[in-house]
Amino acid sequence: MSALLEIEELQVGFGGRTAAVRGASFRVEKGETHCLVGESGCGKSVTALAVMSLLARGGQRSAKRMSFAGTDLLSLSDREMARLRGNRMAMIFQEPMTSLNPAFTIGSQMTEVLTRHKGGTRAAALDRAAELMGRVGITAPGMRLGQFPHQLSGGLRQRVMIAMALMCDPELLIADEPTTALDVTVQAQILRLLATLKRELGLSILLITHDLGIVARVADHVSVMYAGEVVERAPTAELFRAPQHPYTRGLLSCVPVPGRVQRDKPLGSIPGVVPAIGPGFAGCAFRSRCSHADETCAHEIPRRQAGEAHDYLCRLAPQSAEPQPA
Amino acid sequence: MNVAIEVQNLRCEFRVRTGLMSAEKRVVAVDDVTFSIAPGSVLGIVGESGCGKSTLARLILGLLKPTSGTVLVDGKRLFDLDRKARARLIQPVFQDPFASLNPRRRIKDIVALPLVAQGTFSRGEIERRVGSILERVGLSAAMGERMPAQLSGGQRQRAAIARALVLEPRIVICDEPTSALDVSVQAQILNLLADLRRDLGLTYLFISHNLAVVEHVASEVAVMYLGRFVERNETDALFREPGHPYTRALLESVLTPEPGKGVPDIGLGDAMPDPANIPPGCRFNPRCRIAVERCRHAAPAPMFRAPAGMVECHLA
Ligand SMILES: Nc1ncnc2c1ncn2[C@@H]1O[C@H](COP(=O)(O)OP(=O)(O)OP(=O)(O)O)[C@@H](O)[C@H]1O
Ligand SMILES: Nc1ncnc2c1ncn2[C@@H]1O[C@H](COP(=O)(O)OP(=O)(O)OP(=O)(O)O)[C@@H](O)[C@H]1O
Ligand code: SF4
Ligand code: SF4
Ligand SMILES: [Mg+2]
Ligand SMILES: [Mg+2]
Repeated sequence: MSALLEIEELQVGFGGRTAAVRGASFRVEKGETHCLVGESGCGKSVTALAVMSLLARGGQRSAKRMSFAGTDLLSLSDREMARLRGNRMAMIFQEPMTSLNPAFTIGSQMTEVLTRHKGGTRAAALDRAAELMGRVGITAPGMRLGQFPHQLSGGLRQRVMIAMALMCDPELLIADEPTTALDVTVQAQILRLLATLKRELGLSILLITHDLGIVARVADHVSVMYAGEVVERAPTAELFRAPQHPYTRGLLSCVPVPGRVQRDKPLGSIPGVVPAIGPGFAGCAFRSRCSHADETCAHEIPRRQAGEAHDYLCRLAPQSAEPQPA
Repeated sequence: MNVAIEVQNLRCEFRVRTGLMSAEKRVVAVDDVTFSIAPGSVLGIVGESGCGKSTLARLILGLLKPTSGTVLVDGKRLFDLDRKARARLIQPVFQDPFASLNPRRRIKDIVALPLVAQGTFSRGEIERRVGSILERVGLSAAMGERMPAQLSGGQRQRAAIARALVLEPRIVICDEPTSALDVSVQAQILNLLADLRRDLGLTYLFISHNLAVVEHVASEVAVMYLGRFVERNETDALFREPGHPYTRALLESVLTPEPGKGVPDIGLGDAMPDPANIPPGCRFNPRCRIAVERCRHAAPAPMFRAPAGMVECHLA
């Protein structure tokens, strides 16, 4: 298998003050689901937006390498990028309301994507839109196509976004929290649909989610981000069986599981918050919250190998222990 | 009167035009819902996307007028109260703090807004209250000086909670307050909401898709389907012995963090319900695995379910 998307040492900053992504590297193989997880604000969405060349104004990206299906994304012109975007690589945004235009109906927004990239008639595009809406579990697509975004519930809007991203049969789908607004039965339906597309059409998926239940069930590989860095990468089963980075261990220990929650106790959480990281920050960004931290953690941290495709960024030697609170 | 919220026969319809030529359709978003919440307790609401949870929340907040039915908050009819009085009684926390916080104002001004809108607080009093609520939700004074975009998702949600609590309301309506947050920050926010409830005696209506979260925070849970409560009970009982087939389907769809198990197909079919076209009989019957003939023409009436709940199913 060759990598469909390859990111090496991605850096993204905003106006020289915030270093939002600090040297993130990962690759998405063809036909795999790669999950990106991590604390709120660690740079997951910014990473995805950098790949799509959709960073907000003031955002600067640089990378050693950033390629999609052999094409160097860093050297593409805006027009060439616009031809890929929504077409061969599509994205489902974290906030559906910010990416749906309130002034246009669902139908006109969905058909526009297809006719712009692939041509064809509006009627054919409407048929395709209705078919995809059915597949993401929207009934009465005819009625929904004529409605405006504010007339739909949060979950309907999210499903419209998913259907819209699939309009052009993309090779890579970047999905940023695609099911947060959905109930668990619809979530399961959408995840099964994505699995089918992956199996039948070889779709590759970069899935950003904070739901570790989803990660466990659908991911082939996982990258864990913390404060702008990928601090651990592993095949899914290995990550859950033998997490190495203290942040990953902490994260896995705070997942509440129905039927196993203790109602009168507070939920487990990792104490503290992500520190503000300016340019020139050195050492491990987790050290203010890590129970294993010592003075060496303020210096450069080695990337250690814990398995063939499993590495992590921490001074501690690999362990085969079960997850434990950090 | 010992109820914080009392909702009687609440109904809300939207008229939807589906095209220039086509006829208007009626979407029944909330269909004859009746319940009450005791002061200091938490009613969790779960249910299908689009089943009417947020609409119910907006009705209870007075942001939307019901087609029929009444809402009593703290014993008073919601629509007899003016906006200011309502704001002192009941406040919302929504899912997306980014969309609900004005991007061009400092956090401390956003949090002060409900106090300013009352028009009865002095400058000093406003400053004092804002300072103390920010501290209570774990935001430093320096954070109060920032703009929303300069905070993380978790910090923004703390700011939204501070804004909701600054008037010291009795009741807080939480519509997916932690859906946008990672598990660790989610836990911090839920622990904060639990502490505030205990210390200030608050009552919550808590909408969430995360069943583990609902199990943890709610004293009672209602399951909503196509605009109706189809089951309601004390939390432990509902999770241990769900009575309605839809409740069971929800519980079976939860993805526990166990690699290799894949995504279950619980056999609900892919045909989602359509609120503009509610099926006759039991509204769940087209998707129900155990439906019998009777389910296709007779709607089940609410029946008592031990220890303190109800269920709407012929076979429960
Ligand atoms: N337009 C912007 N200007 C300045 N800073 C920004 C901008 N967009 C993002 N950031 C900062 O970049 C960092 C990473 O943000 P990002 O949205 O990628 O987080 P995330 O990992 O997606 O978090 P979440 O799980 O909450 O969605 C944050 O500290 C954020 O405040
Ligand atoms: N302003 C409106 N105009 C027309 N229909 C509306 C309007 N607001 C809501 N609806 C419809 O009412 C139904 C219930 O919507 P609501 O937002 O209450 O669902 P929800 O249970 O909160 O869903 P979700 O879990 O997806 O947020 C949906 O079919 C929705 O399309
Ligand atoms: S490098 Fe040090 S501070 Fe960082 S995670 Fe490892 S032990 Fe903890
Ligand atoms: S009444 Fe019939 S169709 Fe409805 S939930 Fe019960 S068994 Fe299923
Ligand atoms: Mg994000
Ligand atoms: Mg909603």
